[in-house]
Amino acid sequence: MAIEKHPTPMLDQLESGPWPSFITGIKRLRDEHPEERINEMTNDLLGQLEHSYETRKGYWKGGTVSVYGYGGGIIPRFSEVAHAFPKSKEFHTLRVQPPAGNHYTTAILRQLADSWEKYGSGLVTFHGQTGNIMFIGTDTKNTQHFFDEINEYGWDLGGAGPCVRTAMSCVGAARCEMSCVNELKAHRLLVNNFTDDVHRPALPYKFKFKISGCGNDCQNAIERADFAVLGTWRDDMKVDQEEVKKYVQTKGRQYIIDNVISRCPTQALSLNDDDTLTVNNRDCVRCMHCLNVMPKALHPGDDKGVTICVGGKRTLKIGDLMGTVLIPFKKLETEEDWESLVELAENIIDFWAENGLEHERCGEMIERIGLANFLEGIGIDPDPNMLNHPRQSSYIRMDGWDEAAEAWFERQAEAGK
Amino acid sequence: MADMREPIESGCPDPWQYMHPVMRKNFGMWKYHEHPRPGVLRHVAYSGDEIWTVRVGTQRILDLFTLRKLCDIGDQFADGYIHFTLRSNLEYVVSDASKVEPLIKAVEEAGFIVGGTQNSVTMISHTQGWLHCDIPGTDASGVVKSMMDELIDEFKNTNMPNRVHITTSCCQINCGGQGDIAINVQHTKPPKINHDLVANVCERPSVVARCPVAAIRPAMVNGKPSLEVDERKCICCGACFPPCPPMQINDAEHTKLAIWVGGNHSNARGKPTFQKLVAAGIPNNPPRWPEATAIVKRILKAYKEGARDWERVGEWIERIGWPRFFEEVELPFTKYHIDTWRGARASFNASNHIRF
Repeated sequence: MAIEKHPTPMLDQLESGPWPSFITGIKRLRDEHPEERINEMTNDLLGQLEHSYETRKGYWKGGTVSVYGYGGGIIPRFSEVAHAFPKSKEFHTLRVQPPAGNHYTTAILRQLADSWEKYGSGLVTFHGQTGNIMFIGTDTKNTQHFFDEINEYGWDLGGAGPCVRTAMSCVGAARCEMSCVNELKAHRLLVNNFTDDVHRPALPYKFKFKISGCGNDCQNAIERADFAVLGTWRDDMKVDQEEVKKYVQTKGRQYIIDNVISRCPTQALSLNDDDTLTVNNRDCVRCMHCLNVMPKALHPGDDKGVTICVGGKRTLKIGDLMGTVLIPFKKLETEEDWESLVELAENIIDFWAENGLEHERCGEMIERIGLANFLEGIGIDPDPNMLNHPRQSSYIRMDGWDEAAEAWFERQAEAGK
Repeated sequence: MADMREPIESGCPDPWQYMHPVMRKNFGMWKYHEHPRPGVLRHVAYSGDEIWTVRVGTQRILDLFTLRKLCDIGDQFADGYIHFTLRSNLEYVVSDASKVEPLIKAVEEAGFIVGGTQNSVTMISHTQGWLHCDIPGTDASGVVKSMMDELIDEFKNTNMPNRVHITTSCCQINCGGQGDIAINVQHTKPPKINHDLVANVCERPSVVARCPVAAIRPAMVNGKPSLEVDERKCICCGACFPPCPPMQINDAEHTKLAIWVGGNHSNARGKPTFQKLVAAGIPNNPPRWPEATAIVKRILKAYKEGARDWERVGEWIERIGWPRFFEEVELPFTKYHIDTWRGARASFNASNHIRF
C-alpha cells in the first residue's frame, strides 16, 4: 500500500550539498524499506520535522517510559501534533551503553541493526553527547521488546535522569602512544560498579564519569565530567635524542624553538647547541604539548597513574564549572589500587547523594559548601595541587591553624618527605 | 506480568571482543604515530606492528541503509572493525598499508567524507534538536549539515593552525559542550506562560528552585495556582521550560543564535578554557542558517590567516587581543560582551596592558 507522503520543501533543501544528508537517509527508510511500519513512521517523522522547520518550534514532550525492572535509560517522546502525524506519535529513544572506547565489529553492528529493524524506526546515532548509542524512535511496547532482545546478547541501557550516566573513555591504550592508564578498565570498573545507580535514577542529578588517557583530554573529562580520570606520569619524560635531532633537521631549529621550546607553559625545555633536548622534569606539568609536536621523540615516563578531577559540568544552573583536582596522582597498578579508585567514587557519590540539593550537580554542591568542607566530608586531606593559588581573602576564621599545620607536617613525615 | 523478563544488568560491554586484533596485541605498547595524509593516521607499536586508521565523516543520524553500507565497506575494504570518535566520526582500522587507498576510494565513492584529522575543522559535535529533543530552540542535524556543506574542504584538509572543534547546542543548557567555536541558542524574551496548565503539569516548587536568578514565584492567576516571572530579573535562559512545559521559552522570532569562541578541553600548553561570547542576535533561520555559517566562516578565515602554528582559536585571540579580534572578524563589541555572572570581575582587564 502506497503511503501519502508529507511534502517537505524545507527539508528537501538539506539534500543538496556535498556533506552526507540525514534527510536523504530518513527518506530512504520512508521510500525504500520493505516494512510498511517503518515507511509510515519515518514519513510522519519527516512531516513533524518539516512542521518544526516551518514554525521554528519543537513538538516533542517527555513522559515516563522505561523497561521492566529499570526506572531510566529511555528518553520518552510523545508528539504534541500526533493528530497530524499519528504514526510517529510515540518516538522514544533507547540509550544503550557502548563498549568502553567505542570499539565495534561490523558483525555486532549488523546484529544491532537487525534487532532495531524489527522494533524501531531504523534511525541510530553513534553516539549522543553523554556517550550512548542512541536508538531513535520506537513506541512504548517495542521499547521493551528491543531491549529484551539486545539485552540477551550483552547490551544494556545507559543512564537518563538523575542518575549515574553512561561513561566515556578515549581510544587510549588500544591505539595511542600517549595513553598512561588502562582507560577501558577504569571506564568499566567505575560505571559497572554503579549499575543500580545507572538504571534507577535516585540521585540529586546526573553524575558522569569520563576517562582520558593523557592531558590532551580527548573525552572533555575536565569540562564535562563530575568524576574525571586523566592519565599522567610522575617520573621523567622519555626523550629519544636521536629522534629530537631528526625533528630539528627536518623541521628546522627555529620551528622547534618557536613551537616546542617557547610553547612550554612552564619553561621546562631547552634546546642544546647539539640539537638535543634538556627537560626540567620537576617543572614539567605533563601538559602533552611537546609530545604532541614530536611524538616520535618524546614519550610519557614509566611511573604512570592518574589525576582525578571532580565537579565539571555545563551551564545549568550556576554556570559552567571545570572539574578541579581532587587526587593529584594515583597509581592504578595493583587490584587494591583499582578497588580504592572505585571506593573513592562511592564515597563522593554517597556524600553528594546525602548533601546535594535537588537538581544540584556535584560541582555545584562543592561550590556551595566550599572545597575544604567537601574534602573533610569525604576524608581527603588538602593539597596545594588542588589550587591555582592559596586564598586571597583574609575573611576566614583561622583558630584551628596550629592543629592543621601540625597535621600537614605529620602527613609529610608519613610520606617520607 | 508472566511475560515480563528480568533485565540482565550487564552494564558497559567489554570492548575486547570488538577490538581489532592488532590493537589487542599491542594494547598499551604503541610507540608513535604519523599523519601520512589528511584523514589517515599510522600508528606504530614497539613490536613493529602498524595500524592504519581512515577517519570518515557521516551524517551522524544514520538510517539502517547507511549503517549497513558502512559495514559493507568495513567488510570489503577494511578488516571488519569500526571505531567511533567522540565527535561521531567513524574510523576504519586496517593492519596493512596497501588497504588504505582502496578503502578511501570505496568510502568516497559511497558519498562519505575522509578527513577530520589533525589540523582540520573536524565534525561538528551536536545535539538532537527538533528531530528528538523536548526543549529545542533550533535543529541540530540541519545546522550541522548546512555548515559542513560549506566547511567540507576544511574537513578534508589540514590547513588550520591547529585542530578546530565546532559545537552546536539547541538550548542554553548547552549539551553540545565547549568548542573552539560554538553555535548555541540564545533566547531573548521571557517565557510565555499558559496559566491554565501550570498547576496540573508542573511541580511548582521545583520550577521556582530551578531559576538561576530567582525570578519565578508562585502566584494565583485567574483564580488558578500558577507561576509568575519577574521579567525585570529574567535572563531568558529557559531553565524553567524543561520542568514546566507550559512556560514556553522558544519563539519563532525571538529565539536567536549566539556564537562563542575559545573553548578548549585540552591541557596542552594552557589549562582547559571555556568559550567566550562573540556574536549574538543571529537569526534562527532554517533550513540552512546562512547568517550563522557566514560568521563562522569569517572567524575561521581570520584564524587561519592570523594564528601561528599550534595556536588554538582561544590562544590566537589571547595573543592578538580581543579588540583586534572584533576588528578582524567585523563583529560589533557591545555591553552584552561584559560578563555579569558570578566571577565576572576576573574577566576585567586590571592592568595597563593595551595593544595599539
